[in-house]
Amino acid sequence: MKVLAISGSLRPDSYNTKLLRAAEELLPPEVDFVLYQGVKAVPPYDEEDDLQVVPMSVAALRSAIGEADAVLFATPEYNASIPGSLKNALDWVSRPIETNTLRNKPVAVVGASTGAFGAVWAQADLRKVLAAIGARVVEGEVAVGHAPTRFDENGRLEDESLREQLQETLDSLLTEANTRALVLA
Amino acid sequence: MSTTTDIRQALPVGTWSLDPIHSTIGFEVDYLAGSFRGQFREVAGKVTNEGDTPVLTGSAKVASVDVKDENLAAHLQSPDFFDAERYPELSFESSDIDRADGLVTVRGGITIKGVEKPVVLTGTIAAPIIDYTGSEKLSVKLDTTVDRTEFGVNWNVPLPDGKPALADEVKLSAELFFVKEA
Repeated sequence: MKVLAISGSLRPDSYNTKLLRAAEELLPPEVDFVLYQGVKAVPPYDEEDDLQVVPMSVAALRSAIGEADAVLFATPEYNASIPGSLKNALDWVSRPIETNTLRNKPVAVVGASTGAFGAVWAQADLRKVLAAIGARVVEGEVAVGHAPTRFDENGRLEDESLREQLQETLDSLLTEANTRALVLA
Repeated sequence: MSTTTDIRQALPVGTWSLDPIHSTIGFEVDYLAGSFRGQFREVAGKVTNEGDTPVLTGSAKVASVDVKDENLAAHLQSPDFFDAERYPELSFESSDIDRADGLVTVRGGITIKGVEKPVVLTGTIAAPIIDYTGSEKLSVKLDTTVDRTEFGVNWNVPLPDGKPALADEVKLSAELFFVKEA
């Protein structure tokens, strides 16, 4: 079982990337967790560029999603929605629409913000976008507000209820991935 | 209560295979200010009227959905709508067929997205004709309306006034042509 983790924040010390790392700690040891680092290299979407050989950064992202059994997204909230860089990367992945590598892929969305609300609007928008692309979006929301105060020096989520919500979301994601494996077998 | 003879007379005797080229299974749903229509290109079906109870079965491949926008066709395959990966077919099987005054009423179970619900189809059935090859043909037209949310087909988006863009009620229409098996 391979879970690909994609952070919507490009900042090296991102709270959303920390949230993904916290999720890694909660996954069973047999799960192969891979944090994707290449979103920043994806160029602006241009359909003309999509007709020929696509940029390597795009091919790599499509391929990484295709090879994963499930994808976990963590998004910050920029101007009440998801970061443009994340939406742009997903627009690339969504093509071709009928066979894109997110189609039927079990995905989960969590989020962190420095404000009080934990990127709930961005999470809702990201779920909508992923569903429109054809992904299998699992239930569950983890909204980590006041993110600078939520992690200990080892990156562990200190809040017990948030950790439980994250665990439940991960459990749902793995259940969907296992169900899909059975359907495809 | 119908007698055995009444039920057998609801449909012509014999086993009838669906002619998929000339048959259409379509849907119509209110969207925004009007109605949106589509159909399934790959359909199958059979009428069996050999024993005491005639049976009508039909199915449609979700992957064969035919709408005018490729993005919508792809979206309809996804978990937001029909979830074709897990539920590749829609299907129907009758439990009871009545015919009176040229109108036919077919009760049975319809399965969409893995959920089976009872449904009543109403429509017309024409007398069989013999075509130029000598084969017997039968035409059946049936309609019903289902609430898509009862089958877990829940996608929607709110309009500025808060009302949903896509209606829950979906009209299903089938124009079926059958060929009598030798």
